[in-house]
Amino acid sequence: MIRLDAFFLALTVASALGVVAAQHQSRKLFSELEREQARARGLEVEWGQLQLEQSTWAAHARVERMARDTLGMRTPASGQMIVVEPGR
Amino acid sequence: MRKKAQPVTLNHNPLLKRELPAWRARLVLVGLLGCSVALVARAAWLQGFNNEFLQAKGESRYSRVLEVPATRGRITDRNGDILAISTPVRSIWAIPSDARLSPADARALAALLDMNVADLNARLSSARDFVYLRRQLSPEQAERVAALKLPGIHQQQEYRRYYPGGETVAHLLGFTGVDDRGQEGIELAFDQRLAGKSGSRRVIKDRRGEIIEDVESIRLPRDGEDIALSIDGKIQYLAYTALRDTMQKHKAKAGAVVVLDARTGEVLALANAPTYNPNNRANLTGAQLRNRVITDTFEPGSTMKPFIAALALERGKVRPDTQIDTQQGRITFGRHTISDTSRHGLLSVAEIVQKSSNVGSVKMAMEFSPDEMWAFYDALGFGSPLGLGFPGEAAGRLRAPRTWRPVEQATMSYGHGLSTTLIQIARGYLAFARDGELLPVSLTRMEGLPKAGKRVISPETAREMRTILEMASGPGGTAPRAQIAGYRVAGKTGTAHKLEGGRYTTKYVSSYVGFAPVSSPRLIVAVMIDEPTAGQHYGGAVAAPVFARITESALRALGVAPDAPLAPLQLARPTHGGEASAAREAM
Repeated sequence: MIRLDAFFLALTVASALGVVAAQHQSRKLFSELEREQARARGLEVEWGQLQLEQSTWAAHARVERMARDTLGMRTPASGQMIVVEPGR
Repeated sequence: MRKKAQPVTLNHNPLLKRELPAWRARLVLVGLLGCSVALVARAAWLQGFNNEFLQAKGESRYSRVLEVPATRGRITDRNGDILAISTPVRSIWAIPSDARLSPADARALAALLDMNVADLNARLSSARDFVYLRRQLSPEQAERVAALKLPGIHQQQEYRRYYPGGETVAHLLGFTGVDDRGQEGIELAFDQRLAGKSGSRRVIKDRRGEIIEDVESIRLPRDGEDIALSIDGKIQYLAYTALRDTMQKHKAKAGAVVVLDARTGEVLALANAPTYNPNNRANLTGAQLRNRVITDTFEPGSTMKPFIAALALERGKVRPDTQIDTQQGRITFGRHTISDTSRHGLLSVAEIVQKSSNVGSVKMAMEFSPDEMWAFYDALGFGSPLGLGFPGEAAGRLRAPRTWRPVEQATMSYGHGLSTTLIQIARGYLAFARDGELLPVSLTRMEGLPKAGKRVISPETAREMRTILEMASGPGGTAPRAQIAGYRVAGKTGTAHKLEGGRYTTKYVSSYVGFAPVSSPRLIVAVMIDEPTAGQHYGGAVAAPVFARITESALRALGVAPDAPLAPLQLARPTHGGEASAAREAM
C-alpha cells in the first residue's frame, strides 16, 4: 500500500513539474510569437512607406520632367515611327 | 467540597483547584468554532460562489486590454500603382507644467521638430494642460525625439493619408479627415470598405511589461479593403496635363476631361481643373473642389446632335444621305428664331452633323413626338444618375415630355433646355462606339469583359453614325483639329452659351466628345472647357485639340494598333526581314 502511495506521489510531483515546464515553454513561445507579430506589423508599415516612396519617385510628372529635361527625350513625330505588324 | 491543605506550588495552586462551571468552557469552544465556521464560510463564498469580483480585481493587477489598430485600405489604379495610402505618423504633445527644458534641450527639440526655439518656448509656457508641439511627424523623426528622453514630452500614434498622385487625381479620390474617415470622392463613397475596424484583446503582462499570455480576443481587428480603381495612372496624368495646359492657354475658368474604355465602360481617367493638392489642403476654395465630370451639370450644346440624328436613322425617317433644307440657317417657332452660325441650303443628314446645323437637327427632331424623343434620351441615360455611388453625383435635367413646348423640343435637339453631366454624354457615345449598346460606367476595375449592355440603337445605325462622326472630325467638319496621326477619330464638338439667371450670356462652354480608333473603338474621350476667354471659344478650336492630345498619347500608351497611316507610313514586316530596310527608309 505504502509503495503504491509513493509511486503516485512521484507521479504527481513529476506531472506538477511538467506543468510548470510546459507553462514556461508556452510563455516563452508566446512572447516570441508576439515579437514576430510586432515585427510583421513593423514590416507592413515599412512596406507601405516604401510603396509611397516608390510612387513618389515614379510619379509620372517626375518621369516626364527627367525624360524631357535631363535626358533630352521627346515624343517621335509620326513620320519617325515604324509600325511592327505581328508576324503571320 | 473541601480537601486537605497541601504545600502551595504552581501546580498545586489552590486557586486552580477551584472547579469552574463547565458551561464557560463550552461557551468559549462554541464561540471559537463559530468564528472558524464564519471564516470558512466567507472563504468558501469568496473562493467558490462569488469569485468573479476578486478574480477581476486580481486580473486587473496584471492583465491589460490592448487596442489592436487596423489600417485603412489602399486605393490603387488599375495597374496596382498606389493612389492613396495610410502610413503611421506620430504627434508630439507636451504637458507644459512638466516640461522644464534646459536651453540646450529646447534647441535640440526645436531642431528635430523643425520649429524655431522661440515658438517652442512660447508653446511650452502656455497655461494649458496639453499642447500639440507638432502633428504628423515621421516615425524616424519621432524616434529621435523620444531618444532625447525629455520630461513632459509625449507622443501618440496617428495615421496619415498620402496621395502620391497629388493634384492629378485629387477630385476622383477625395480625401479623409484627421480621424481617417473619408470626406469626399472615392474616399467617402467607399468608406465602408476602405475603413478598417480596430479590434481589442485582453492580455497578461509580466513584470517587465512583456505580453505573456493572450486571455481573450474581445474584437478581432479588420483591416480596410484595398480598392482598385478603373483609372489608368498614365492616361490620368496625360489627361490632367493636357487639360491644365489648355486651361492656361485659353484662360478658361474651369475644365474637365473623362476617358472611358469603350470595351468595358470603365473610367480610365477623370480630370478636373482647377485642382488642389490633397496632401496639403490649406486654403481650399469651393471651385477647386468641384468634380465637374460627375457632380456638375451643364447644357451640352451640339454634342447632343448625333443622338437626334441616330434616332432619325434608327426609326427610318432619314438615310445618311437624305437631303434636308436648312432654310439658310433660320427657323422660327412663334416669336423664337433658331439660327445657324453659317448659312446652308440643302444638307444631307451626315452634313448636318458634320457642319453642326441647328436648323437641320431641329427639323429631324420635329419628326418625333415629345414622348418618343424623351424616351430615347431617357434610354441613353440623360436625366437620371449613372449610379456610380459617387457622392454628389448629379442626374442632370430632362423634363417630363408633357411639359415640352415645341420650341423647347426644338432646342433640346441641339443640347439646350436640358442639362447633363460630362460623364453622361461620354456614356451616351458608348452607343456609337459599341454598335448600339450602352454599358454601366464603373469607377472600379472590372475583371474580364462585361456582359452585353443595354441596346439603344441597332448596330447598323451605330456604324452609320461612326462614319458621320468621323466626317465631323475630318476636313469640312467642325473639328479637324481633333485628328491624330495614326488613328481614325470620330466625334462631335459643342459650343454652348452659358445660362446665367435664366438668360443666355456671351460666355461659352466648349466641349468635344469623341472616340478612337474608329475601326474598333477603344477610348471615348469627353472634354469640357468652361469659359475660355483668350479669344477662341468654339469647341473645335478649344476642346478638340485636348481630345487629340489625350487620345493620341493614350492610344499609344495602351499599345493600340494604328488604323490610319502614320504619314509617311513605314510598315515593317518581320516575315520579310525588312525591318532594317524599313527603318532606313523612315530616316
